[in-house]
Amino acid sequence: MMNSTLKNLCRFVPGTIIIGKWHQNRYTILKELGSGANGIVYLAQFHNQKVAIKMSDNGMSITSEVNVLKSFAKVQGSSLGPSLIDVDDWVVKNHNISFYVMEYIAGPDFLSFISQKGKGWTEVLILQLLSDLHTLHEKGWVFGDLKPENLIVMGPPPRIRCIDVGGTTIQGRAIKEFTEFYDRGYWGLGSRKAEPTYDLFAVAMIIINTEYPKRFNKTSGGMNQLREQIRQKTALHKYERILTNALQGRYQSAQEMRMDLLNCMNSQTSPAQSSVTKRQTRPTVTQTRQAYRKKKGGWVETFLIIMVVSFLYFFYIYSQV
Amino acid sequence: MNPGTLKQILLITDGCSNQGEDPVAMAALARESGITVNVIGVMEQDTIDEQGMKEIEGIAMSGGGVSQVVYAQSLSQTVQMVTRKAMTQTLQGVVNRELQQILGGSKTVEDLPPEQRGEVMEVVDELGETVKLEVLVLVDTSASMKHKLPTVKEALLDLSLSLNARSGNNQFGVFVFPGKKNDVEKLLDWTPHLESLTSIFPKLTTGGITPTGPAIREALTYFKKKRSLRGLLSRDDEQYFEESM
Ligand SMILES: Nc1ncnc2c1ncn2[C@@H]1O[C@H](COP(=O)(O)OP(=O)(O)OP(=O)(O)O)[C@@H](O)[C@H]1O
Ligand SMILES: [Mg+2]
Repeated sequence: MMNSTLKNLCRFVPGTIIIGKWHQNRYTILKELGSGANGIVYLAQFHNQKVAIKMSDNGMSITSEVNVLKSFAKVQGSSLGPSLIDVDDWVVKNHNISFYVMEYIAGPDFLSFISQKGKGWTEVLILQLLSDLHTLHEKGWVFGDLKPENLIVMGPPPRIRCIDVGGTTIQGRAIKEFTEFYDRGYWGLGSRKAEPTYDLFAVAMIIINTEYPKRFNKTSGGMNQLREQIRQKTALHKYERILTNALQGRYQSAQEMRMDLLNCMNSQTSPAQSSVTKRQTRPTVTQTRQAYRKKKGGWVETFLIIMVVSFLYFFYIYSQV
Repeated sequence: MNPGTLKQILLITDGCSNQGEDPVAMAALARESGITVNVIGVMEQDTIDEQGMKEIEGIAMSGGGVSQVVYAQSLSQTVQMVTRKAMTQTLQGVVNRELQQILGGSKTVEDLPPEQRGEVMEVVDELGETVKLEVLVLVDTSASMKHKLPTVKEALLDLSLSLNARSGNNQFGVFVFPGKKNDVEKLLDWTPHLESLTSIFPKLTTGGITPTGPAIREALTYFKKKRSLRGLLSRDDEQYFEESM
């Protein structure tokens, strides 16, 4: 939704050479990586390394993002946001274009990665994301504009990285930038004050997003609609409790949500349950569904169900012969 | 540093004015009285006509504000973005003037080396969070806008949500044009919350003419009225503000 003038002003063909006014560094544009509300990002060559350059005719937004990246750089051994390489201005056609140069994070975005490599990666990536968010929150920030497009999976080994710190806000202030679908205010489930719970809401929406790659529209909004959307996707059932907690701001920290997700996954791999869910032959569909609902019922029930299921299974095989 | 209260007019329209004073001139008048005019053009599937586009850009330019043309669906995000952007722009202007006094000449933030801009930006950010804000919303309710009004209402509630997350004080007022009897009609008096719109908005009747210019003029006088009424109260506040900076 950038102004058309800005778009034209910052459109450059591959091969264009950028020389900074203050530091005289020389960058060669290789291609456009993407554009958004605040500017355009290019892949560029700097000596023998590839870098990403974000430019805008609005110097303020560049300065503001640079402030955040500088503060991230002080966090030791962290991978919060891309690392900052240079900040400068470029005078072209009598216009001053502010830009900053950052580490190029090569890889697909979150949803593309999941669709290429499989849903099995969702949990790993979300766990990585939650650790990063925890560090970021500890440093007094809230990421703000958390969405799949702003998450790149680099590697191998796969490692999730947040880009676009345009929405990153000091805790307690009003969120600078957000995207409706991932914003709790839009769903009527909280304020737009920068609090850790704001980011955790977005994490829950990102998980839901994996089952609704095209997202969905707000109808009634609120918890009722979101709960219903979760129920409609079997793959989301195992996260239902965690999602509802995060959507309602019940996790005090990213760490707490992370632990809960870890525990939930560990309990999922118990042998008894996997043996139940594996038998999905046609005549037993209703049985397995019941078994799912009564998950908490204990061993006796599980045993009985397996017996019934196996019986029906044999019966089914027998009738086929 | 005391930037006082930021005053904005937010005009939501879908096209051309056809009655009364030139809205571009009225926007210039607003700017002279220290009020920024932002304009949001609401499109249907079809694009807005060129003349309407020109007017939208013209009003914002002479009103020292920001303009953006959008489809009705993305109105909410745009309304809050435009308002924020205009705030930052105004605050940057304030900070620039301050800098000029310190550094002399016509120096602005952009003339500083990138290393030194960070601190200036922090000041602008901080002010954006704490400054007092008055937004007068002017909604075009001419016939063509009729079915977009529910979306406009949503967008305004959303704006109130965004701005009320700040720690600074907000005041909103809502005018519609054309009104039932006059060119402009007051829908909602100055209030920190826009929620009360929910009950009033559906009752709107829409007319054929689009008196954008007179609407802006009327909005201006409304800011003045408020100032004289609350003169005593706000003086107290401002003193506090100065001390705290
Ligand atoms: N460091 C980076 N490495 C690789 N790709 C990047 C990097 N930074 C940005 N990109 C790419 O450029 C796109 C746009 O960047 P970014 O999100 O920062 O722009 P924006 O103008 O803030 O967009 P918006 O706010 O609308 O999301 C990203 O979606 C991503 O594909
Ligand atoms: Mg982005």
